[in-house]
Amino acid sequence: MSGKKQGKKELFWGWVFFAPTLAGLLILNIIPIFQTIYKSFFQTGAFGRGDRFVGFANYAKMFSDSQVWQSLLNTFVYAIIEVPISIIISLVLAALLNRKMKGRSVYRTIYFLPMVAAPAAVAMVWRWLYNSEFGLLNHMLKSIGLGSVNWISDPNIALISVAIVGIWSVIGYNMVLFLAGLQEIPGDYYEAADIDGAGPVRQFLSITIPLISPTMFFVTTTRVIAAMQVFDVIYMMIDRSNPAIPRTQSLVYLFYKYSFIESNQGYGSAIVVLLLLIIMVLTVIQNKMQKKWVNYN
Amino acid sequence: MRETKKSARILLHAVLILGAVVMLIPFAWMILTAFKSATEATQIDPFVILPKQWLTDAFMSVSAKMNFAKLYLNTLLLILGRVVCAVVTASLAGYALGRLEFKGKNLCFALVMFQMMVPVQIFIIPQYLMVSKMGLLNTTFSLVFSGIVTAFGTFLLRQSYMALPKDLEEAAGLDGCNIPQTFFYIMAPLTRSGMVALGIFTALFGYKDLMWPLVSNPDQGAMPLSAALAKLQGQFAANYPELMAASLLACVPMVVLYMIFQKQFIEGIATSGGKL
Repeated sequence: MSGKKQGKKELFWGWVFFAPTLAGLLILNIIPIFQTIYKSFFQTGAFGRGDRFVGFANYAKMFSDSQVWQSLLNTFVYAIIEVPISIIISLVLAALLNRKMKGRSVYRTIYFLPMVAAPAAVAMVWRWLYNSEFGLLNHMLKSIGLGSVNWISDPNIALISVAIVGIWSVIGYNMVLFLAGLQEIPGDYYEAADIDGAGPVRQFLSITIPLISPTMFFVTTTRVIAAMQVFDVIYMMIDRSNPAIPRTQSLVYLFYKYSFIESNQGYGSAIVVLLLLIIMVLTVIQNKMQKKWVNYN
Repeated sequence: MRETKKSARILLHAVLILGAVVMLIPFAWMILTAFKSATEATQIDPFVILPKQWLTDAFMSVSAKMNFAKLYLNTLLLILGRVVCAVVTASLAGYALGRLEFKGKNLCFALVMFQMMVPVQIFIIPQYLMVSKMGLLNTTFSLVFSGIVTAFGTFLLRQSYMALPKDLEEAAGLDGCNIPQTFFYIMAPLTRSGMVALGIFTALFGYKDLMWPLVSNPDQGAMPLSAALAKLQGQFAANYPELMAASLLACVPMVVLYMIFQKQFIEGIATSGGKL
């Protein structure tokens, strides 16, 4: 078989095999990005009137819209609570489970369980647990002599309550990724540390953490990006009449509200373009920081 | 020495059991509430933990309001459609990117990577307008539409193809296989674990998808479970046994599948999630 002929065949079949994905990516993803950006320069016409070009008016409105700034802040606060706490808990759990022990797979199965539940169901049951009058959580607080908490209607607390649900939902997922990373650390490292007399905490800090740092980088990056897109739990748990809504609605929640409830797709598009820019910037920052603390060997 | 080891083990299990209880309480409360009467669920003095009588009333009334057979079917079609499309298109594209040399390949790969960096919400308005223009809102097509191709799956399967031994194609070529035959008969079957991982990942996230179905399939009869649950909450005054019964009915199929295929689920997520 001549190399040239083979090269021609690969050129042909390469494009044939990639063609469906290429067409799909272009139609479903790449062109829509430009369409969304384009739409953000228009005011959406109501009642069958066409869209009207308004230049940067949607962006100007957005930058002076305190609701958008507040929702951006809410989104960041959510991410700052959810990401580090869920990562620390799941890393500790993974380290505890990374050994031969009784019940290992049972624990793993239970921790992962929230991941296979529908987010709408998860949000509903938590809303019920959080219910200020009849909820299980306030009942437990009362029975140990504490006062009840307005978990999802107190504007100062609601976002934390939402973040707790986020943490509970994602722990098992992160833990499974960490367990996979931990299993790649050679057992000899720990044996050597045992001989040197290093205790479990010392071993965790000086062997596990550095060697798991690539997985940690990966999990952190994906979790930050996912947390910036938080929507389901807020949409399900916080009604539009809830006094806590201004202090809990996320950027994606606002995007959904303007695009599909208030039919103002121009403004919704501007909001989601802002989200795109923020995520791009975060990705670049994380990749820059990666060199500082991730240990690839 | 032995004593400390033993107490360390007890402490370890104590921590893990406490964690497991926290993870399970919401599920337990969902089940317990679903079998209570509305008065029992909202009784505080005394607070009722276990239902006195295990009533199925909430299940009856909620299945009178929601057509669960239809919801299960819609969800199943969404999952099947997306899984088949994702595995087929991503296998082809993953093979092209992982094993073939062709002009423009780097550009194709860059496109795949770029798509993965972009938040999905940015695609939704144009996708919605497309389906709407085609007059196909509220159909199985619209449920599957946003997941017909997958950049993530392409990336995942490219990794699987790249991990296969180098001289496989040569051997196949000597046996007289052309490129499609080599792909179909020799290479693709060897990426089975990658395909299973992608299938599980796609099925799970399709089942959990909420915003797209809310937008693309707003009609009662056309919704999948996730969207129907979201709508249920707003429709009726908070009858908690009913809401919990509906949640339970929505969760049971996936939980049962998870219990049966535990190993595949966790390994699938570990490989697919870990390779993004």
